Amino acid sequence: MSAVSLITVAPEHAQPRRAHWFKQAALMSGLVIIAIVLFMVIAAPLLTSYNPDLQNLNVTLQGPSAHHLLGTDQLGRDTWSRLLYGGRVDLEVAFIAVLFPFILGTVLGSVAGYFGGWVDLAIMRLVDIVVAFPFYVLIIALVFVLGPGQRSIYIAITVVGWVSYARIIRGEILVAKRQEYVLAAQSGGLSNLRIMGRHLLPNVITQAIIYAMSDIVQDILAIVTLSYLGLGIQPPQPDWGTMIADGQNFLTTHWELTTIPGVAVVIVGLGLSLIGDGLADLLRPGES
Amino acid sequence: MGRMSFVFRRLLLLVPVAVGVTIVVFFMVHLIPGDPAATILGVHATPQRIAILHRQWGLNRPLLSQYWLFLDRLFHGDLGQSLIYGQSAATLISARLPATLWLIIYAAVLATIISVPLAMIAASRKDGVRDHLVRVVPLLGLGMPPFWVGLLLQLALALTLHIFPVTGYGAGIGGHLRSMFLPSLTVAIALSPVVIRSLRASMLGVLGADYITTARSKGIPGRRLFVRHVLRNAVIPAVTVLGINIGFLIGGTLIVENVFAVPGIGQLMINSIFQRDFPVVQGVTLVFGVLVVLVNLLTDIAYAALDPRVRFDR
Repeated sequence: MSAVSLITVAPEHAQPRRAHWFKQAALMSGLVIIAIVLFMVIAAPLLTSYNPDLQNLNVTLQGPSAHHLLGTDQLGRDTWSRLLYGGRVDLEVAFIAVLFPFILGTVLGSVAGYFGGWVDLAIMRLVDIVVAFPFYVLIIALVFVLGPGQRSIYIAITVVGWVSYARIIRGEILVAKRQEYVLAAQSGGLSNLRIMGRHLLPNVITQAIIYAMSDIVQDILAIVTLSYLGLGIQPPQPDWGTMIADGQNFLTTHWELTTIPGVAVVIVGLGLSLIGDGLADLLRPGES
Repeated sequence: MGRMSFVFRRLLLLVPVAVGVTIVVFFMVHLIPGDPAATILGVHATPQRIAILHRQWGLNRPLLSQYWLFLDRLFHGDLGQSLIYGQSAATLISARLPATLWLIIYAAVLATIISVPLAMIAASRKDGVRDHLVRVVPLLGLGMPPFWVGLLLQLALALTLHIFPVTGYGAGIGGHLRSMFLPSLTVAIALSPVVIRSLRASMLGVLGADYITTARSKGIPGRRLFVRHVLRNAVIPAVTVLGINIGFLIGGTLIVENVFAVPGIGQLMINSIFQRDFPVVQGVTLVFGVLVVLVNLLTDIAYAALDPRVRFDR
């Protein structure tokens, strides 16, 4: 999958202090961006008095005004309100959706890496098969088969997303299991489960956490894309993808309807990518 | 071990993956809740149509025998019958495959044209202002939904400036090049962040290599050094990066075809989803899977051919 290659950056040579400072700033600015966005979507009822689904056909397709900060859409719904409540839905689904593949991939990756042999072979063949399908093709096909809605999004993202975590964790475990502390634990007679859970996992999980940051971005894009196609979040629930799709019909006259929700996605993506980059630098000091 | 046996071994490794792909596509039917035939047909369900589907999928037979039937038909090039168009899914797909292949290749070329210079600029002065500017590109680019980028390009370059057609495939090579520019650019923009990052990293890796230090100490000027020594060695990773991301590239075409109404298999898939034309959706999913597997094989072979250090006996 695409994003895996993001974090397998080739070793660079000793960085001057300036570069290090840049990375720390990246982490901080990413955290600030995400904190502001999260505050805005959680505090949505405080920041807008409009119901995001309330239609008012007297005020359709209006520009920004004191009444409607970002104007209204073709049904007279307040864009600012839909943006906040839509973000609520998209971010909630994305943050939950990232957990399942994270857990499944980590467990399967650990098992494959630790035990090796036919277990490893079987799990990695499974990875090969999932990777053989383009990300969006398999997600869209699964959501189609399971029917639109949030449950299908979670299932589809889990089925497709676990492979990256499994690959990352397996690779890390393969190296870590030859280290002395693991050999010591093994000769001390600890159970495999205990060695994996208590000794190996804490040492290898950081890679998966770093990857999870770029994975959430990918999940948000997938959710928004599914909704844009009409397969994701279902109306009347507001959602950034549906907003973009609705605005598409008014692209020449009211381009802001399409642009605004997209900018929101980009801002969230930027914030999460910055956090991911910063974390990578912080947690992998030796490598970058 | 020779070149031919390397290719042969890679082909052998493909077998389990190919079998897996067919199993996944086969099981799509069984993931459908309730009676798959009735669910898929939805409002279009008539007893007659349900019966056709049951017969097509052999739903009353044991699972293994159903899969065998599926494989048998597959080997005869039979992907099932479209429920809407009254044509075979294979016919529909093969008629639309050229547009998708055009898009994939055009986008890969554009992505290379965008990424290589940017990665070179970034790597040539590491941690300089330009490096930081280039490194912002992936941060912004990764969060941009491809369909949204497509809409913005459509708005700016087609609807406002009228430089390119808004939608369509065009006629003849010139027409295709013009009509497909915006869709291909959209996919290329989605792909570039990943390629720029990997390329920059691999160029920095090459810059640190001993032979570059040797070349520098011989007094080879910077520009020539970069083109002759660094770029040549960094192109190989670029091919691999494009290969690794081929799934992303091909998946991107699926979305973008729908924004620009490109008559490819991506548009066919989405249209068929809305018409609940299951055999066509299934067929397109399979073709996409096969496409990725084949391109991965080609990348491996190209990699081995480009880089003399790759040994064939792995």
